[in-house]
Amino acid sequence: MTMLRNIWKDKLAAISLSILAIVLTAGIFAPLFAPHDPNEVNMKLRYAASSWEYLLGNDHLGRCILSRLIYGIRPSVLWVLAALAGSVMLGTAVGFVAGFFRGKVDAALMRVCDVMLSFPGYVMTLAIVGIMGVGLENILAAFILTKWAWFARIIRTSVLQYAESEYVRFAKAAGAGSFHIIRRHIIPVTASDVAVVASSSFGSMILQISGFSFLGLGVQAPTAEWGMMLNEAREVMFSRPELMLAPGLTIIIVVSAINFLSDSLQAALDPKLRTSTSKAAEQTSAVSAKQLLGREVA
Amino acid sequence: MGRYIVRRLLISIPLLLVISFLTFILINLSPHDPAELVLQAQEVPVITEELLVQTREELGLDQPFLVQYIEWAVACLRLDFGESYVTGKPVWSILGPAFFNTLKLTLVSVAVIVLLSIALGVICALREGRLVDKSVRGISFFLTSMPSYWLAALMIWYFSVKLDLLPTSGMDSLASYVLPVIVIAISYAGIYFRFVRSAMISNLNEDYVLYGRACGLPEKKITKHILKNSLQVSVSVFCMAIPIILGSTVVVENVFAWPGLGSLSVKSILSRDFPMIQAYVLVLAVAFVLFNTLSDIINAVINPKLRNDL
Repeated sequence: MTMLRNIWKDKLAAISLSILAIVLTAGIFAPLFAPHDPNEVNMKLRYAASSWEYLLGNDHLGRCILSRLIYGIRPSVLWVLAALAGSVMLGTAVGFVAGFFRGKVDAALMRVCDVMLSFPGYVMTLAIVGIMGVGLENILAAFILTKWAWFARIIRTSVLQYAESEYVRFAKAAGAGSFHIIRRHIIPVTASDVAVVASSSFGSMILQISGFSFLGLGVQAPTAEWGMMLNEAREVMFSRPELMLAPGLTIIIVVSAINFLSDSLQAALDPKLRTSTSKAAEQTSAVSAKQLLGREVA
Repeated sequence: MGRYIVRRLLISIPLLLVISFLTFILINLSPHDPAELVLQAQEVPVITEELLVQTREELGLDQPFLVQYIEWAVACLRLDFGESYVTGKPVWSILGPAFFNTLKLTLVSVAVIVLLSIALGVICALREGRLVDKSVRGISFFLTSMPSYWLAALMIWYFSVKLDLLPTSGMDSLASYVLPVIVIAISYAGIYFRFVRSAMISNLNEDYVLYGRACGLPEKKITKHILKNSLQVSVSVFCMAIPIILGSTVVVENVFAWPGLGSLSVKSILSRDFPMIQAYVLVLAVAFVLFNTLSDIINAVINPKLRNDL
C-alpha cells in the first residue's frame, strides 16, 4: 500500500496509471465501450472524416476507427500482458530454483539460459513464426519462449543476493524448510525486481507485436489490431496520411504510460533510490545495464 | 592476455555447436513436410506419394537424423546452406549480399547512435536535474515509445513525398541511408544515452573527482577523466548494440524496402522457404555469439580486472 501511495504522489505516474487502467478496462469490456461493430463494413462511409457518430472517422472499408482501436486493445495489450505474465512466471520459477539450490542445477539451468540468450530476440521470434506459421498465437508463444531466459537470469541474481542475507541464514539455522524460506523471505523481497523487469519489457513487447502485425506476420485481417490498422493505413499513406494518426498515437500513449510507470515503479520500490543520491546513481546504472540487454525496440 | 583471449574463444565453441544443432532441429519441429513444401513451391500440380519419396531422397531426408545434422553442419562451414525451396538457387548467393547490406546499415546506425548517446549523455550528466537534462530525457522517452515503422512512415511522407528531398526506399545512393539510419538511431539512442548518462553521474560521485577538485584541477580536466572512465563501462554495451540492431532491423528494412536480411526473412517466412529461414537464424545467432565474445575481449583489454573471471 505504501508503494501505491508513493506512485500516486508522482503526478506523471498517477496519470500513466489512470491511462492504463482505462485502456485495460476498455479492452476487457470492448463490446460495451465500442460504439460500433469493429468489422462492420460500410462502403458509403469510406475515408469519412470524424463525425458525431464516428468520432475518429472511418477507414478504407468504412469501418469505425474508434471501435477498431478499442477492440484492438485485446490483441495489442491484453494478450501481450498474458504472454508477459507467462514468461515472467516461467523465468521466475527457473531463476528461483537456480538461485536457491545452486550447484549443478544452477549450472545446468544457466547454460540453457546462455543458449536461449544467444539467439537475438527478434531472430528467435521470426524463426518460430517462420516454422509454425504466421499468427498472433505463434508470436505470443515465441515471446514466452524467448523472454523467460532473460527474466530467469535477473531473478537468479537477486535471489542469490538475498539467499546470502543474514535473516535467510538465520531462518535456515532455525530449521525452516526451503519452501517456507522461499515463500516467506525471498518472494516478497524479489517481487520488486520482478515488477521492475517485467514492466520495463512490457512496452517494448507491445511495440514488437504491433510491428510483427504491421509486417503481416501477426494478427491477420480482418481482426482489429493496432499494427494491422497501421499496415492497412500504409497502403493509402500518400493520399490519406491522417489514417496513420489514430493507431500510431494510441500506441505511443500506451507505451509511454507503461514506460513512465515502470520508471516510477522502480523508484518507488527501491528505497535506496529515495535516500542517498550517490547510491541512487549506482543503482540506476546497474538497473539500466540490465534493461539494455533485454530491450529491443520495435 | 593472450591466454584470456584463447580461453574466451574456446568457451564459445560449445555454444556455437548447440546453436547450430537447435537451428537444425527447428525445421523438424515444423508441422509441415519439407518435401511437400518443396513440391508446392515448385508448383508441381499433383503431388504423388512417389514424388514425395523421391524428393525426400534428393533432400537427404531419408537418412538417419545425426548423419543429416553432421552433413548439414559441415556444409554450413563452407557457407553451403543448401538451396532455396522457392527459387532453387544456393541460399548463400541470396543471403550473403543481404547480410552485408544489413551490416552496412547497422554499422552506420551504430556509429550515429554511439555519437548521439555520448553527446547527449555527457550533456545531461553535467546538467543533471536542470532543464536540458529534463527535456532531453522527456523527449527521448516519447521517441523510444514510438513504433519505429510509424516514425519511418511519417518521415517518408514528410521528407520524401512532401519535400521530395530523400529517396523513399531502396539502397541506391548514400541518400538512401539517411532516413533508415535516423529511424534506427532515434529508437535506440534514447535508450543508450541513458546508460552513458548514469555512468557519468555515478562517476561524478567518485572520490577521485573530489580529490581532483581538492587539488584544484580545472573542471575541464576532471570532466575528461570522468568521461574516460564512464566510456570504459559503455564500450561493451555499444559492442552488443551491433548484433542487437543487426537482428532487429526487420521492421525498418521492410518499410524502406532495404535489400537486407530483414526484408529477406519476412519474404522467406511468408513463402515458407525453410533453408533460407534456417540459414538466416544460424547466421545471426553466430554473429551474436561472435560479437559477444569480441565485446568481452575488448572489455578485458580495457579493464584488466575482468581477465581473472575465466
